[in-house]
Amino acid sequence: MDILKEISEKLQLGDDEKVSVFTKQAIEEKIPPKEILDKGLIQGMDIIGAKYKVHEIFLPEVLLAAKAMHAGMAILKPMFIKEGIPSIGKVVMGTVQGDLHDIGKNLVGIMLKGAGFEVIDLGNNVSPLKFIETAKKENADVIGMSALLTTTMPVMKRVLDLLKEEDLCDRIKTIIGGAPVSEEYAKEIGADAYGYDSANAVEAVKKLVRNEK
Amino acid sequence: MEWRDCLKNPDNALTTEEENIVREIIEIRVNDVKPDRNEVLKNQCIPPDIEPSKKTEILFKRAMDLFLETSHPKGIVSEISIPEFEVVYSGEGLNEKKTPLDEIFRKADNLALFVLTIGNIVSQKIDELFKVNEFALGSMLDSVASAGIDKAADSIENLFFNLLSKRGKISPSAGILRYSPGYCGWHMSGQKKLFEFLNPEDINITLLSSYLMKPLKSISGVIVVGEKEIHNFRDSYPFCSQCKTHFCRDRIRSLFRESKHTNKKGGI
Ligand code: B1M
Repeated sequence: MDILKEISEKLQLGDDEKVSVFTKQAIEEKIPPKEILDKGLIQGMDIIGAKYKVHEIFLPEVLLAAKAMHAGMAILKPMFIKEGIPSIGKVVMGTVQGDLHDIGKNLVGIMLKGAGFEVIDLGNNVSPLKFIETAKKENADVIGMSALLTTTMPVMKRVLDLLKEEDLCDRIKTIIGGAPVSEEYAKEIGADAYGYDSANAVEAVKKLVRNEK
Repeated sequence: MEWRDCLKNPDNALTTEEENIVREIIEIRVNDVKPDRNEVLKNQCIPPDIEPSKKTEILFKRAMDLFLETSHPKGIVSEISIPEFEVVYSGEGLNEKKTPLDEIFRKADNLALFVLTIGNIVSQKIDELFKVNEFALGSMLDSVASAGIDKAADSIENLFFNLLSKRGKISPSAGILRYSPGYCGWHMSGQKKLFEFLNPEDINITLLSSYLMKPLKSISGVIVVGEKEIHNFRDSYPFCSQCKTHFCRDRIRSLFRESKHTNKKGGI
């Protein structure tokens, strides 16, 4: 079987060890790293995402596949850095100040990495300034914020206000999500996108980096 | 006799003259809060009619073992009078104008405030698992832990019920349900007065200025005992239109369906 197809299939089975082995083999066969990523790893994750959407598989299978994706990426990443190949976009994300809920934010981060984004995860209880400073320092395309409480949602607005103050809204896009957050709230505070769940968040971030609304 | 005696030996007899229970720190055996598989799978968004994959079953078993190793359920419970609860409920004055609980608690026969945690070690373990890319196990442990803390609250509810039964204070048509700040119009800031009343700092539960409790896997609220009918409300309050779950329906239904006093549907 074609080695890239092999990588994609082993990834879908959540077999991280085999994904590592075949990724190394593909490199030895002089397949360009970007092709291994796009046609092996990301292709596998896309299939997983599609199956998850129609409830053919569930969260555990998706997360096992994500672990396999990370195993492959760990091998490819140093090559991308060496060859100066950029990721499809850089996202700085975290759970906002005052909030410690981070399981949802973690899932969104994992799915974004699975789609080929570089994710800088600031963890939880992240201050507005930290979001902005990190995004500037890392030259990020997107800031992603998660909040699970109505009492912590206003921190999202503070981040957006700071972005406006620094005139960074055109350069750095924003996406927000979490149980009490809604599309309407995103519009109200001027966020560029709202993510209902992790799959939806990935689609939204893809649009943001492509500059689509 | 105290709450904890009732937990150790629910058959102990209570005399009717016993005073209200003021404030008790309760340690719960972790085995008593082992969550049901179906509840955990529900938290993983796996529908009940789906047979989970073999890998999922293995993850569930591993996560359950980790839960038993890392969870230390304990809580503080205290009976509270209706006037005292009125002060706690009013909180910082931020509740919705009309709420189900506002009408329910005034008709209650007995009330008890509670705060519970399974500790922080389980959350640290979940973090660790995510850091080493064990996402599926980390997420499964999170689901087990969330279901586990709900089970701990069920056990406190049962305990209160047993205590009242032994005092001969339970009528055959009584029902018991719990309500929490952050749900159904009771504003999250209600946590402040609840904490002032219970002082959960004694069991290392602290409140952030956002009213979030630390450790994360903690819950708080009031247990309301009274005629089943007092718990029966319609989900037509203005804020109900924003509710994504309407769990209240299941809770109320289960109270009447099961011809028993306690519900099996957790709290709100
Ligand atoms: C950057 O872009 C993006 C894009 C998408 C993004 C995103 C960012 N971030 C998230 N998303 C989205 O994608 C993710 C993946 O699909 C999703 O992330 P989530 O984080 O939503 O999803 C997780 C994967 C799974 N979901 C969860 O973990 C949360 C589920 C619900 C039911 C929930 C649970 C399980 C729990 N809770 Co509670 N809890 C609720 C939740 C209600 C709900 N329906 O969501 C919520 C958050 N809780 C609430 C409350 C009130 C509370 N809880 C409490 C306790 C608990 C448990 C311990 C029982 C448990 C643990 C939660 C945990 N994560 O550890 C208490 C507080 C705990 C504390 N430490 O202070 C307590 C205060 C109740 C009490 N008084 O005891 C409510 C907050 C309401 C408010 N007013 O703010 C609540 C919304 C329930 C409700 N009322 O409907 C999406 O939201």
